[in-house]
Amino acid sequence: MSRIGVFVCWCGENIARTVDVAEVASAAAKIPGVRCSVHYKYMCSDPGQAMIREKIESEKLDAVVVASCSPHMHLKTFRKTAQRAGLNPYLVEMANIREHCSWVHHQRGEATAKAAEIIRMSVEKVRQNHALQAIRVPVTRRALVIGGGVAGIQAALDIADAGYEVVMVEREPSIGGKMAGLSETFPTLDCSQCILTPRMVEVGQHPRIKLYSYSEVEAVDGFVGNFTAKIRQKARYVDISKCTGCGECWNVCPLKRNPSEFDFKMGMRPAIYVPFPQAVPARPVIDSKTCAKLIRNGCGLCEKKCQAGAINFKDTDRVVEEKIGAVVVATGFQLYGIGKKQNGKLVGYGEYGYGKYKDVIDSLQFERLVSASGPTNGAIKRPSDGKEPKNVVFISCVGSRDNAKGLSYCSKICCMYTAKHTMLYKHKVHDGQAHVFYMDIRSGGKGYEEFVRRAIEQDGAKYYRGRVSKITEQNGKLIVRGADTLAGTPVTIEADLVVLAAAMRPAPGVTDLARMLNVGYDEHGFLLESHPKLRPVETNAAGVFICGACHSPKDIPESVAQASAAAAKTQILFAAEELTREPEIAQINEQTCAACYACYRTCPYHAIEQAEVRTPRGVFVKKTARVNPGLCMGCGTCVAACPSKSAELEGFTEQQIYSMVESLA
Amino acid sequence: MALGPYGSRHPRPLVSLSPVRTITIGSRVVFSTACCLALAFATPTETTVPVELPAPENASCNVLTKILAPTHWTDCYQCGKCTAGCPVAAAVDMTPNQVVRALQLGNFEIAMASDTIWACVSCQTCSTRCPQSVDCAGIMDALREVSLERGLASPAQKTVVAFQQAFLNNIRRNGRLDEIELIAEFKLRALPSERNLGFLFKDASLAPQLQMRRKLHLRGEKVKDRPIVRRIFERCGDGKHG
Amino acid sequence: MKLAYYPGCALHGSSNDYEQSLRACLGKLEVEPQEIKEWICCGATAAHALNHKLSIALPARNLALAEQQGFEDMLAPCPMCSMQLLKAAKLMDEDAGLRREISSVIEVEASGRLQVLNLIQVFQRIGLDRIKPAVKKPLADLKPACYYGCLLTRPPDVVKFDDPEQPSSMEAIMAMLGAKPVDWNYRTECCGAGMTMAKEATVLELSQRILADAREHGANCLVTACPMCHVNLDMKQGDIEQRYGTRFGLPIYYLTDVVGLALGLSSEELGIDRHFVKQPQ
Repeated sequence: MSRIGVFVCWCGENIARTVDVAEVASAAAKIPGVRCSVHYKYMCSDPGQAMIREKIESEKLDAVVVASCSPHMHLKTFRKTAQRAGLNPYLVEMANIREHCSWVHHQRGEATAKAAEIIRMSVEKVRQNHALQAIRVPVTRRALVIGGGVAGIQAALDIADAGYEVVMVEREPSIGGKMAGLSETFPTLDCSQCILTPRMVEVGQHPRIKLYSYSEVEAVDGFVGNFTAKIRQKARYVDISKCTGCGECWNVCPLKRNPSEFDFKMGMRPAIYVPFPQAVPARPVIDSKTCAKLIRNGCGLCEKKCQAGAINFKDTDRVVEEKIGAVVVATGFQLYGIGKKQNGKLVGYGEYGYGKYKDVIDSLQFERLVSASGPTNGAIKRPSDGKEPKNVVFISCVGSRDNAKGLSYCSKICCMYTAKHTMLYKHKVHDGQAHVFYMDIRSGGKGYEEFVRRAIEQDGAKYYRGRVSKITEQNGKLIVRGADTLAGTPVTIEADLVVLAAAMRPAPGVTDLARMLNVGYDEHGFLLESHPKLRPVETNAAGVFICGACHSPKDIPESVAQASAAAAKTQILFAAEELTREPEIAQINEQTCAACYACYRTCPYHAIEQAEVRTPRGVFVKKTARVNPGLCMGCGTCVAACPSKSAELEGFTEQQIYSMVESLA
Repeated sequence: MALGPYGSRHPRPLVSLSPVRTITIGSRVVFSTACCLALAFATPTETTVPVELPAPENASCNVLTKILAPTHWTDCYQCGKCTAGCPVAAAVDMTPNQVVRALQLGNFEIAMASDTIWACVSCQTCSTRCPQSVDCAGIMDALREVSLERGLASPAQKTVVAFQQAFLNNIRRNGRLDEIELIAEFKLRALPSERNLGFLFKDASLAPQLQMRRKLHLRGEKVKDRPIVRRIFERCGDGKHG
Repeated sequence: MKLAYYPGCALHGSSNDYEQSLRACLGKLEVEPQEIKEWICCGATAAHALNHKLSIALPARNLALAEQQGFEDMLAPCPMCSMQLLKAAKLMDEDAGLRREISSVIEVEASGRLQVLNLIQVFQRIGLDRIKPAVKKPLADLKPACYYGCLLTRPPDVVKFDDPEQPSSMEAIMAMLGAKPVDWNYRTECCGAGMTMAKEATVLELSQRILADAREHGANCLVTACPMCHVNLDMKQGDIEQRYGTRFGLPIYYLTDVVGLALGLSSEELGIDRHFVKQPQ
């Protein structure tokens, strides 16, 4: 490149305050090959960009260096500008003289000299850039939605309604997730199942949604627009195409007392069961761990009773493959296990007696108690003796906001659902008293603050600002020892029932799924978004989107909003004829490659294939490694691993890097 | 005149300072709400949070913050779990979390003058359960140590202070505890604050009972090398700093 | 088993019945702990309350002496002593500068190899499955409330023993002896500690709660492994009964008393006759 243009930006005062931009521009003008070197106050602004285009045209520039902020900010901007002026966008480089210079130095002389050096390096680099074309890959316009809770349902419906096919995988026998088990939702006190089940039915009946219930994703291979998912359909032992859902089987099952997963062990279910009456699909499943026929070839009553011949004890797991173009992860959450040691430093709360005292339950268990379709038909009864509790204590932040032995974060929804619980309790037990121990009240949503005040002012809930230290049992009552820091006193309450607002954690197994998808996750297992502010539903794995509680604790409206956002991103992906990807990827020189496959083994994106070089007639010449342009992320690991220097990164060749370094000498 | 923890700053009498009692709800009696309310409303002092770092001459707070450093007292977010689990919290002027709060507001002397630090039985429940890993029991220790050194210990707690000091003196002299000597020194030290002769002889009836059970040792054991014990005490500042 | 023995001031003072019980019981199991020479007081409450450096130096000297005298394990039957010893060891482990400083204060090097054991840990070392065959008189009539007190399980990062909220190590021993330990609420609640003389009201109140809860849960005695707790619950039981107008009459056993009785030793051999609250006949 012999007609390079250098554009030095002031960035207002951000750069100009510390770097003498005029001096830097005139120093750059002296570099061989630099045709013009100018400076301007805001290069990214319209006039700034216009200046660049004008200079490209008038000076017939064949490469451009913009000395300003980080490429993370505006590389795309300047590339587009160059492209508009007819210059290949990959002949544009940015010299970061802000984050790497003016923002970290104070001494004007030093900073100015360094800025000049940075620019010199960028000039050397761009001199050896190639004009590149964006890579085009085809797109399979089908989406995989992992998780059938409210977020997964919303995403699936949005994508399907937009005209694309959706494959939904749900690990439980029915979709609906945690929301299907709630009684009423804040702040409207809508019946949860009433608002959810119509959408569940819509998913079940949608012509473009293929639902794999009681199934799990085993593997996802491929790349954006071109994934292949392996899905394991667990054996139901019931043929749902023949089953009519009549219910004869679960009525006749003699093993009625298995703790119900849907009721969080507050109720019982038979060995052959539908998790709840409004299940989608409304077909039973047999629990292979407790069914007498499956364990020791006994019973078999359900098979005898079934008029449709739908029971099949010989059923096995089946693995199917689906081709898809985008993945939406909506795996939801689980509650913190209060009573037991979990992993690492999560040791549970022995001082609360959860698991020891029957009448100490967690929030999802209380939801099932209060729920009209729950194990007590919505009557609030103590698990120990079935009596109606007159004093119920609700404890917030169990597991949350605890750096010593719990989780450091706030689970966001507990303040709201605790207020809701006090109201639901009061509506059912008119002479009952709800007591809430809290540290803070987090009620920032629409109508949320008013909702909490309503619980206190209209429904008489008593709120004590302090944590609870210990719960013991005496004469059938639970002695709750807490504190009220506002009054400055310990507070002891004799409760009939204690409800612990346990922390929200990501669903079990989500980290294994994340590894399958090359999605990052944090120390708690929450999946990582691309950018916490601006890209909350995208991940660093192209084509994989996340929504709902798998990303972070959140309530239903936020989950639904994120699901629609993920669906929108999916539709953007599908809307293009082809997908374009950045071409700054690795290239392997197949002539010099010795096929040692060090690169194949080290590539974190599995983007390198073992390939062959053949003559045009198909005669085998040699083995080689080959980069899949759809998967390669340009990380450069293969370049470092290759012993014969056959792998190079487009735009970052060894020659270029040495030139940049030597330009400093 | 009842002087509360703020007594040293404000000579006017507060509401009569009966200890803050637990509020219990249920079949037990709910009591002292009135007392609590009175205390809550009768906030006698306005805290002026210092804007600048305290001057070096204010050695009390500098020494204190140095000893307090390993306790993570600044991490306390006032959840009250320490107070909730403290066996004596119902019977003290400032609850444990309020003592830590006083420190956070810069009211070091109020914390050091509290009755709480001497009522504390060092059961370690607070530190064990604290979600922020604040060593509340360690804070109490630090406050006790520096309050004595600065002469700020609550006058109402002279008996407890006398006991601990008598104990340490005993070890310093003998290397091991001489129980009779301890009781004697304790009683004499505490007599001026107890102000009744009955106190002197209160536990005397124990002597024959212990004697009967061969538990009474008229002469305590002494370590042979007593000077080393004295040297250890001296090197540890004998309770004085700087 | 070569075991150093750190009695602490209580076991050589008015809690010498604990020492008698301990020697008899462990002797029956062929364990003869050897008292370390020239041990000094660990500092107890007074040191940690009034002088932080002293509260590390005093126990550190005992750790160093035991090491010097050729021991690797040391039994400290009083939980205050064992906790202070473990705390000093831990702090010196974490801070080499502190170790050097303390070593020069106490005039002897403390390397940190010594293992401090509480009484229950010694039984666990001997092995419950090896003690069980030696049980001659299963304690079928005993319904003990196992009382751990504060410092056997707290602070958990120092003592690292059992579960600070729901401990079970003592109950395991009781079950092995054929007794029926009760489930009760005050297993790790404080008895009032060293306030017996200085603030009697605290001890009476806190210990009363313990005795009341034990009784409410059907216990006919308490078992403890701490001499201070023993004093507050046994010696002061009469005063508690008087102050609260209620009769308890609950014998307070040392853990070694109960194990010793099951092994066939007599009350006199174990020193149980020296307790204040008499055993029922």
